[in-house]
Amino acid sequence: MSKVPADLKYTKSHEWIKSASDGNVTIGITDHAQEALGDIVFVEVPQPGRKLAAGEACAVVESVKAASDIYSPVAGEVLEGNAGLSDAPEKINADPYGTWIMRVKPSNPADVKALLDAKAYEQVLKDEA
Amino acid sequence: MGKHTVLYDTHVAAGARMVDFGGWDMPVNYGSQIEEHHAVRRDAGMFDVSHMTVVDLEGPKTREFLGMLLANDVAKLRTPGKALYSCMLNEEGGIIDDLIVYFLRDDWFRMVVNAATHDKDMAWIGEQAQAFDVQISERDLAMIAVQGPQAREKAVQALPEDARAAALALKPFMALKFGGFFIARTGYTGEDGFEIMLPPGQAAALWQTLIAQGVVPCGLGARDTLRLEAAMNLYGQDMDENVTPLESGLDWTIAWEPAGRAFIGRYALEAQRDAGIKGKFVGLVLEDKGVMRSHQKVMVDGGGAGEITSGTFSPTLERSIALARVPMSTGDSVQVDIRGKLGKARVVKPPFVRNGKILVR
Repeated sequence: MSKVPADLKYTKSHEWIKSASDGNVTIGITDHAQEALGDIVFVEVPQPGRKLAAGEACAVVESVKAASDIYSPVAGEVLEGNAGLSDAPEKINADPYGTWIMRVKPSNPADVKALLDAKAYEQVLKDEA
Repeated sequence: MGKHTVLYDTHVAAGARMVDFGGWDMPVNYGSQIEEHHAVRRDAGMFDVSHMTVVDLEGPKTREFLGMLLANDVAKLRTPGKALYSCMLNEEGGIIDDLIVYFLRDDWFRMVVNAATHDKDMAWIGEQAQAFDVQISERDLAMIAVQGPQAREKAVQALPEDARAAALALKPFMALKFGGFFIARTGYTGEDGFEIMLPPGQAAALWQTLIAQGVVPCGLGARDTLRLEAAMNLYGQDMDENVTPLESGLDWTIAWEPAGRAFIGRYALEAQRDAGIKGKFVGLVLEDKGVMRSHQKVMVDGGGAGEITSGTFSPTLERSIALARVPMSTGDSVQVDIRGKLGKARVVKPPFVRNGKILVR
């Protein structure tokens, strides 16, 4: 059973979202996603300043098995991509919720509220199984 | 639901991620496939390869039959237990499968063929054998491949005591029978080791004993990165019925001498050889980040193009490697179209890694 922390938001495409007090969000991939991908060997993160639409492919996580697009959960602007993933992409496998991929400033805070909560994401996982 | 080997429950209990492979539910990885890969290169790992087909051929004309059936020549196998790697071709020289054949007795040879090609292989062999009155019997055996620099030492501890000395004395590409066990010093990883065939009922116990000896269970993910580092072709990916051994880096597996040996596909191969092969089969090492994968396009100077047959991430080289079919004119470097972006790759002569050592720049 993969882990689903209660204090995060989620998407159907297996991203997790953590809100900061200033409304900006940090994004990564879930335990389910890292397990399905297997050993991650490269991560491409977006450049700061890039404008994103909701659902836009903006990062790539590549494992030995396959390359997987990461989709922006909300419309907004990229604040930062995690440069540390360059040297140690396997951190995502070891600690999927403690390893962020990018930080985004949402255009509309309400969009974040509308994301799946932990219970809803658990249901997504049950339905997919 | 696919077919299950006798070790299926063992894999599931160990938390393996299972996937369909040629109609079988097989373990891809138990944890980190990269760690499993390293275990084989540095120590000892093992694979459940019970899905592969073990077929015995018996009768006084077996050697003659195989001399016709296989592109490599079983006349090279004079010592009981000796094995060789060969392609089995159709009349056009296309590869039906690749396999290992063991000489056991003048009237008994054993072949191990791929799981995914089981049905067509058995039909083809059965059809060709008719004229020779050779008995074809598929054996119900489990198979565990133990591979790595410490593999043989650890594996013999799990074998019956009386078999240990003889097993350790096996030279490469030699096999022995001991009771229900068939132990061969062969493998698909580029490391030393054994492939052990045994009665299915004993496989789970052997697997656990090997674990107790410190052998690491490894899945198909690691198997693929290991064999590709060793530049061992994967049937269905690096070759199929539409290409010949000459186009697949397997020239060395064709025994042209004696010139009078009319093996199936010989004439087509001779014609191709005499006309000149149109491309070459090379190794590639990606200099940029990213992973090369099957079917990606390879661009060469002068405008020609080739194709990746197999690509992956090499845990030993820590970058992507691939095998590819490219134009004859290809030089030292190429560009590979990786999901719309061009990556620069060096052309190298495979293998990339053997016996733990990196062999390419």
